Formats: sequence, C-alpha cells, structure tokens
Amino acid sequence: MNQSALKGIRVVDFGHVLAGPYGSMLLAEFGAEVIKIETRKRPDEQRVQHGAGASSDYESSSNFFEINLNKLSVSLDLSTAKGSELARRLVSVSDIVLENMRPGVMDKLGLGYKDLVKVKPDIIMLSLSGYGGTGPYSRYTAYAPCFSCFGGQAHLTGYADAEPNTLTSSCDSRAGTAGAFAILMALNLREQTGKGQYIDLSSSEQLNAQVGDQMMDYSMNHRSPSRDGNHDAIMAPHNCYRCKGNDRWISIAVANDEEWEGLAKAMGSPDWTKEPVFSTAYGRWQNQTRLDQLIQEWTINFGHYALMERLQKHGVAAMPSFKAKDLFSDPHIVARGGVIEIEHPVLGTRKTIAPPWKMSETQPEITRAAPLLGEHNSYVFQDLLGLSQQELDQLIEEKIVY
Amino acid sequence: MTDNSLLKLKVIELCSFAAGPYCARLLADFGAEVIKIEQPGSGDEARRRGPFLHDDPDPETSGLYLYLNSGKLGITLDIHTADGQAIFKRLVADADVLIEDRPPDEMKKCGLDYPSLKAINPSLIMTSISPFGQDGPYSDFKSYHLNLYHSSGAGYMLPMNSTNFDREPVRGPGFAGEYDGGMSAAVATMSALFWLRRGGTGQHIDVSKQQSMMHLERSQLRRFIDTGKSPNRTGMGRLLESLVQCKDGNYVILILSSEKQWQGLFQAMGSPEWGTQKPFNTQAGRSAHYGELRERLCEWASQYTAQEVFEKVQYYKSACAPAYTAEQFFDSPQIAARKYLVEIDHPVAGNLKYPGLPYRFSDMPQQPRRPAPLLGQHNQEVFCSRLEYSKESLVKLKQAGVI
Repeated sequence: MNQSALKGIRVVDFGHVLAGPYGSMLLAEFGAEVIKIETRKRPDEQRVQHGAGASSDYESSSNFFEINLNKLSVSLDLSTAKGSELARRLVSVSDIVLENMRPGVMDKLGLGYKDLVKVKPDIIMLSLSGYGGTGPYSRYTAYAPCFSCFGGQAHLTGYADAEPNTLTSSCDSRAGTAGAFAILMALNLREQTGKGQYIDLSSSEQLNAQVGDQMMDYSMNHRSPSRDGNHDAIMAPHNCYRCKGNDRWISIAVANDEEWEGLAKAMGSPDWTKEPVFSTAYGRWQNQTRLDQLIQEWTINFGHYALMERLQKHGVAAMPSFKAKDLFSDPHIVARGGVIEIEHPVLGTRKTIAPPWKMSETQPEITRAAPLLGEHNSYVFQDLLGLSQQELDQLIEEKIVY
Repeated sequence: MTDNSLLKLKVIELCSFAAGPYCARLLADFGAEVIKIEQPGSGDEARRRGPFLHDDPDPETSGLYLYLNSGKLGITLDIHTADGQAIFKRLVADADVLIEDRPPDEMKKCGLDYPSLKAINPSLIMTSISPFGQDGPYSDFKSYHLNLYHSSGAGYMLPMNSTNFDREPVRGPGFAGEYDGGMSAAVATMSALFWLRRGGTGQHIDVSKQQSMMHLERSQLRRFIDTGKSPNRTGMGRLLESLVQCKDGNYVILILSSEKQWQGLFQAMGSPEWGTQKPFNTQAGRSAHYGELRERLCEWASQYTAQEVFEKVQYYKSACAPAYTAEQFFDSPQIAARKYLVEIDHPVAGNLKYPGLPYRFSDMPQQPRRPAPLLGQHNQEVFCSRLEYSKESLVKLKQAGVI
C-alpha cells in the first residue's frame, strides 16, 4: 500500500476558486505534491466569498476544504518582485504549473510560460481559462455558468417549455478534470521526449466537447437540438416519477420490449400496460405523456429505495434521484468506500467524497485536509528553497510571505 | 508514424455507447493506437443512436458514433466464443492498455478478467468502466444515462433556480454524465501509465461512473455535511448569478458572486442611480432583494441583443456569457479563431465539421484525425497483417460469427 502514481511529482498551483483547484486536487489524489500559492492580500475567493459578502475567516470554508484536500499551502504576495522571484525559484524545482488567473495576469507577474521555461526548461504549464488563451475573447472572464452557457450545455438543460439552465458548479470541476488529464498526458509525453510544454485549455470548449454528439446534429443536419427535461430521442418511458415521501423521485428508462415487459410485470401487469399503443417502442415514445402519468400513479405509492430494488429485479434501469443525504449513507456507496472522514483543525472531522477510482496498485488516498493559509511556508521556503530562518522572518516582516 | 511527440501507446477498446469510447478517443487524440472491438453484426450501440446524417438511420452515419470513435481502428470480434477469446488474448498480450465497459461479471465469465489477462501481460493497465463499479450491492444494476445522472446526486439539483418542487428534477445535457465517466477513466489510466513507465507495474482500475459524477458534484453535495439539509433545485435563487433574456430572445448569464463582479456589471449598465442606493449598493442588500434585482437586470438586458450584453459586461471586466445554441456556438468568432472545429472526411458520412480538442499543446501539432472506422474496417489489417492469420482463416472466422 501507499504506492502513489505521481509520487515525486511537484505541482505549483496558482489555481483559485474552483476549476483550477479541482484539477490540481486530482493530481494530489494521485500522490503529487501540490503546493498552493496564496496570499492574505488577495485570498482565494473560495476561502472567503459567500453569496451575501466576504468573510474575514480564511479557515472555515467547507467549500475550500472540498477542493483543496491533500495540498500544501504557502502564503506569498506575487505582486512584489521578491514574491515573484520566490515563485520562480519554486517552479525551478517543480514539474508542473497550473493556473487559472484572469487572462494575462501571470505574464504581468513575471510568471508566464516564457518566464518559467527559463528557470525550468522542461516545465509543463497549464493555463485554464473560460474561452481559451487565443482569439477575440481571450481576455474575457468567466465563471462556471459562463462555460456551460458558451459551451452549449445550458441550452440543452432544463424543461422544454422553460429557460436554459446553467447547471451547478460541477462545470468548474469538469474543466478542472480535463486540465488534470491534459497535464497527465503532457507528463507521459515528457517521459518520451524529455520536453515539457505549455497547454492552453478552454473550459467552454471542454464543456462543448462533452455534448459533442449533440453538436453533430448541427454539423450534419443544420439543426440545433434543444432541452427536453428528462426525455430521450427514442426511449420511453424515460423520466423521473414521484415516489412516496418528501420530494422523492425515481428515474426509469426503458430501451426495448424486454425492459417494458419487466416494468409492466413489476407494476403487477395492470390492464393499461396491455394497450396496443404501448406494445411497441415507437408507440410508447409517441404516447409518453400519458404513459408518464400512468406510471407515476403507481410509483407514488412506494418509497424510492423499494422501487429501485423491485424494478432492478425485473431488469429495469431504475435509480432514485438521490439527495446528498442519501449518498453519504447509501449502502452501496459506503460499501465501495465512497465516503471517508477527514479531520480538519478548524472544521473538525468531516465526511467527504473519496477519490472515485479503485486502483489495484496505486490506490489514490486522502492523507491530509485542505491546508491552512501558509501552513507549509517553513517546509517550502526553508527545506525546498533553502532560505534561512532569518531570511524567512525578514520576508514575513516585509509582508512578502504574507 | 514515428513522430516522437505523439503518445506511444497501444490501446484495446472493448466498449460501447459513450463513456468508454470517449475515454479511448481521448488517448487516440494524442496518437495512441486504439483498436476498437465491436460485436460482429450489430456493432457499437452508438451506431443505432442519432443524430444521423440527413436523418437517415445508417449505422455508419451516427453523429454520436462518428464523433466518439474518430482516430481509431475498428475490428469485429465476439468475445463470447472460444476463438474470439483466444484472439482477444493475443491482442491484449501486445497492448499497453485495455479499456472495457462490460457488466462486472461478464469478463470473468469469458475468462478475460484481470487475473487471467495479467498472467498473459503483467504490465497491462486494465481500465474497467461501469455504472456503479465492479463490486458493492448495486454493481449489477442496470443504468442508462438518465439513471446515472440521477443516481449521482447531480440530477436532483436540476434545474437550478426552480421556484418550487412541483416539477421533476432533470438530467444534465445530452450524455454529459457518460463523458464524465470516460474522462475520469482517462485521468486514472494516464496516472497508471506514468507509474508504469517510471518503473511500476500494470494494474486494474475500477471506475464507477456514479462515483466519478459524485466527485464532480462535491462542492454542492458537501452542503449536506454543513447544514444537515440536502441542496435542491430551489436552493439556487440566490446572489451568485442571474440568467436574463435579451432583445433577440437569447439568454445571457450575469455573474453577481462578489462586489467586484457587481462593479463591472453596474458600470456596463451605465451606472444607474438605483445601484448606488439601498438596498442595491451592498452585496448583502442585493442578496436580500435578489428577486427585485433580477427584475431590474432583465429590464436592462431586454434593450440589447445577447451579443451586445456579452460585450458590454466583458468590457468592464465582469464575467458573463450568452447561452449558445449549437448554431450560435459554431458561428462564434472565438471558436473560428481557435480552430476548435475540425473537418474530418469519412467514407460514408463525407466531410463534416466535428467538435475538436479543448486544449492546445505547444509541442504537439494538432493531428488530423482519422475518421471513425466502418464496422470491421480494419479486420484484415489487424488479423492478417498483425496477428498473421491467413485470409482463408479470416473467412472461416467470419462464417463462424467470431469476427
């Protein structure tokens, strides 16, 4: 145990908010040493921002905790010449740089790729931005809902008769995951070539790539597909049905006659299931509004877990629309080790979602909570960069290490 | 190809539909040689899903299939036959990575589970993708994209900004959750490859699509740990962002998450007086009067087109974006300037524009992608040229339904 896939790989993380930090956290889950660069002067929004304003407490944000597990933190003011120089020295002993600052900021700080490649010729640097680092919108800024809008996902999400939906902050995580993939690809390529490289990732393009098949409809038929709730182009029933309980729902999807027969049987084969209009896949699809009503008249009598068990036993794809509460105690998730507990000095012991992979040789593990701001200044500046205690004290005094 | 800047990797893909094929395509994009195995006769399920070119259902013109399988070689092979299993083992013996998405017990039934394959090829990385993972109470449960999305906790929160609980929660767009599973598998596979090439061994990777999606949604799901209440689809009517409809009927998302974002938006609106007065002059006041604020934002936006709002707000350095349709996305000057869309010529579907790669690598020229394979297109190349079966035996295998 404790073999880590990325052991010995060091990442300098200039990420903030969600997309960048999520990407670097994945690398940390695989065992890379990820050093997050922060400063009290401009703390990561995720430490302090809430809908109603900014907090002055940097250490009790559970959202920050969630996407900075396994990382180290140094506090360093990059807007000072000495701070920028220290960051470059850290890069010179690292493998990877990840950033999602506003476009152009890294260059201004003397931390652009052209600066960093001078101190570490084989550095791999990823810039993650809303619309990409080139093109007329390269300076435009974006948060996750902008990626899902621009990338075409929002238009495809929601009810057919209502407005588009921008999805959740998971769109940040999606962009971050693509960033982690690109970095891992570059790392493997570096093993072959000995060369690093610069990677320009557009979050909007990644979200678009994840609905690429929908885009093909325009490419092939000059048609822009639109949102349609839970419905499917050919399958029916294909929806969420209300169950017994407080806002409880089960998703049911039927692809063929065999599954339809399974569903009918699970419902006790009521007469309406024998109507000829429901006997073919196309008939069911054409009559799905009525079908949905009839199914819901049945599901409303049962709990979501009971329906899942019963329908799955009959070979029907049925899963509850799980709430967060369900997932943290779901027997399957728990059996898979999908929920773990991590101790944090301020937040206490918290349940959190484990790395999603089971790997037979290099199992990813969470070994430490999200770092306190500047928690690892001594390790990074003294042990890695060789500064004396006196030099570090001086930098703290000058609010460069701040 | 001996271009050193391309990934040297041999991949066998035994996958169907979206998740597994996306995972393998992500590797093919960087030069990995992917041999895709399809069931003789029927092929990948994606071949039977639209969109189809000119709405003419042809297994060679499914947009889903074409998009997810470009850059690969395609062969047919039935792994449920003894001959098929023997051939499969020969392919795996020579591969670096196997990506498979069969139901958890199927590979074992076929004698092709990880221990059996490891015995043939100890450095093999085997990546198994399934809805709920290889073990646990739900491992043999059936799940389509709809069920996956809802089982991950992601569906329950959509559509965000619902005003009440009257309507059902909905899935995410297209088959996005399947792509999430594929991307998650690709990330783990690349980490395993790095470890292998640094002196490690092969290994088995068990990817649960459900857990991959939960992990993506962690920033929302953790709200339950904070408050004991599950976040839901009505919980987002708060001061983070606001969707507004513009003069041309198109929608734009405005970001309101911080004072800094508000300042840019405020200036873009021409610094209206109401924005300087209570309650709209503080983040807390705007949050408490979000409904009223949204009305004012909608009223302002309705005077301009979505593109105008986008440019005005971005000019003042605040985040915002139009909610593009496929057509609007294809027509965006940004997409054109970045050459994101790539043209691929396919023997049946012809020359079409495909969504390309979201990342640009400085040291790797964007490769023109090989079109998706026709069903069994590379049987001869793979079976005869590589595995050295004679053409006669190929005919026999075909007649026996093995290939």
